[in-house]
Amino acid sequence: MLKGKGIPVFITFIVGTIMIFSFFIPHKPFGDLEKISLNWYSIIAGFTMLLGVDSLIGMHYRKITRRTGNWGYSIVLIAGFTGTVVIGIIETIRLGTAFNEASYFTYIYNYFIVPLQSTMFSLLAFFIASAAYRAFRARNFDATLLLITAIIVMLGRVPLGEQISPNLPKFTEWIMQVPQMAAKRGIGLGISLGALGVSIRILLGIERSYLS
Amino acid sequence: MGTTIGIWIAAGLTLFIYSFLYKDNPFYKFAEHLYVGITAGYWLIYTWAYVIQPMLLDPIIKNKEFILIIPAFFGIIMLTRWFPNIAWLSRWSIAFTVGMGAGLGVTGAIQGFILPQVQATLIPLSGFNFETFNNLLIIFGVLTTLIYFYFSKEQKGVLKYGSKIGITFIMIAFGASFGYTVMARISLLIGRIYFLLSDWLKILK
Amino acid sequence: MNIFLKLSKVDRRFIYIFIALVVILPLILKPKFPVVPTKPVQDVYDYVENLPEGSKVMISIDYDAASMPEQQPFLEALLRQLFRNKLKPILVVQWQLGAPLGTTALEKIARETQAIYGVDYINLGYRPGYVAQIVGIGKEIRDYFKTDYRNIPLDSFPIMKNVHNYNDIDLLVGLEAGATYLVWIEYAGGRFKQKIALALNAVSAPDAYYFYQSKQIIGLVGGMKGAAEYEALVGKPDLAVAGMASQSYSHLVIIIFIILGNIAYFVEKSRKAKEGGK
Repeated sequence: MLKGKGIPVFITFIVGTIMIFSFFIPHKPFGDLEKISLNWYSIIAGFTMLLGVDSLIGMHYRKITRRTGNWGYSIVLIAGFTGTVVIGIIETIRLGTAFNEASYFTYIYNYFIVPLQSTMFSLLAFFIASAAYRAFRARNFDATLLLITAIIVMLGRVPLGEQISPNLPKFTEWIMQVPQMAAKRGIGLGISLGALGVSIRILLGIERSYLS
Repeated sequence: MGTTIGIWIAAGLTLFIYSFLYKDNPFYKFAEHLYVGITAGYWLIYTWAYVIQPMLLDPIIKNKEFILIIPAFFGIIMLTRWFPNIAWLSRWSIAFTVGMGAGLGVTGAIQGFILPQVQATLIPLSGFNFETFNNLLIIFGVLTTLIYFYFSKEQKGVLKYGSKIGITFIMIAFGASFGYTVMARISLLIGRIYFLLSDWLKILK
Repeated sequence: MNIFLKLSKVDRRFIYIFIALVVILPLILKPKFPVVPTKPVQDVYDYVENLPEGSKVMISIDYDAASMPEQQPFLEALLRQLFRNKLKPILVVQWQLGAPLGTTALEKIARETQAIYGVDYINLGYRPGYVAQIVGIGKEIRDYFKTDYRNIPLDSFPIMKNVHNYNDIDLLVGLEAGATYLVWIEYAGGRFKQKIALALNAVSAPDAYYFYQSKQIIGLVGGMKGAAEYEALVGKPDLAVAGMASQSYSHLVIIIFIILGNIAYFVEKSRKAKEGGK
């Protein structure tokens, strides 16, 4: 009984219904119930972060104990994790918060996390340039249209476009605000209607895949 | 002093990552794993400082808000996923968050998205001017895009032409997105190169 | 062998070197490019410019270091404008890994303009579960932020006196790297009628144009180019403007790559057609 899907489906229904009722009737008791549920949600969401951290560390810990694959790098990962946590705890005790601008924890953020994360993503500049050269082909009418729009936007969105002709940025802005906007709205509406359907199915207990 | 060392570390790690462009190598792998490890540690401290302490411990201990033990319980049973024999408990907290999202999603999507977006598409077509032309394009573009997505199977007659025009609008939209994506990636590269040239090598002032 | 075909088989690392050079050289040589503001950016600037002194502007940090070059310059330019016009920023964070970026910019510009913490500006930090929080601020901000980012009670700061929910916030500016802005628009905007301006990464900026047309947002700053426009409007060209020459030349080079690649494609295609004919 406890282990089945009955209780979770019931919880989903109740919480979801409170949310919908309190939207239409924001007074007692729904207003207060909504307020409490929102606050609780926020707290529970905080715990999901721990879930991710643990499964990552667990995986690499097992790699090290079993000496599988490139387990040497797993040591780097766990050392990075442990070091950061230890410094975070020490700084919390020393300064009251690890997020003080002068703390070593902030130092780790500024000189490790920032360069690593931003450089990782900047690699994509090289890959997209290479892909544009190798794969971006005018194979048919649709692909040609895509390609021409991309070229116009790429030129029209940078100051160089302004120097070629002041009309180029204006034309680009028109593309953005009229035809591309219309298609994006169509796509957006499609997604939104789909999501609405899924939400209703979840509330009614028809869609239960999130519980498996 | 601390800053100088920090900048050298940051520059070193930046170059480690860029070494991947030549080929995959131990320097890149080292930096990659270090990044994941440090970020996970950072998250953990974060959860403590911004969730557990201010939203749970302080209110419970200082303000005696014992009711918060309930969300704490739901939060903790979320972690039962690690223990296979009681993992089913975690479904309760997942059910809570999903129910919340779905309930909010229903009203949010209708009031915050669908209605205003439909309303903004119902625009006047009066007079022969550029605005009317644009409005016509917008109405046409939205409708044909929807036709393309919703009637992808059976396309006959008007629907067939509608969906053909729809794909034309979609291609323009994808082209614009590609252009913007190139722009975004290059901006990130500019940011990193700027760091190397100014903070590290001090070539730029 | 045709030169275009040879070119099409060039090692990708040559392409990488080329891209690196077109970014590095303009940064060093600094060719001048005019930065002309577009309407969606101008709209944000004008709206802020017309806010009465003392207005509260909530800034949401919904990005992290991965999009720093796109968002950080705009954040700094916006803060300069806010402090110059005696407007009061209230910083919140939805992306935990971006929190220090918000703090750094806020403290930097506050020092420049001698703004006082807790009086002229405040930093509330991060709280989890952004959907709940964004809806919840519609009722009472203290339900989520009892304290500021250093765990000091909110009511001890003069700036937060009389600030309870969206009614007390004159503008919300979201700096967005993902889809968090949808939640701001649907709930803060849709349900609580909050005025919203967005700064989006260039990757997601095209997707938000329909909110601009439907007037669900008052304006839109897209990517580093948008930030450069904003820097120009505020009258203090900085990092984003400095990057525009590199941005321009890189785009040009990528366009040339696309054209060369396509010439090679058509040469190859016609050659195959000829061989097939024989």
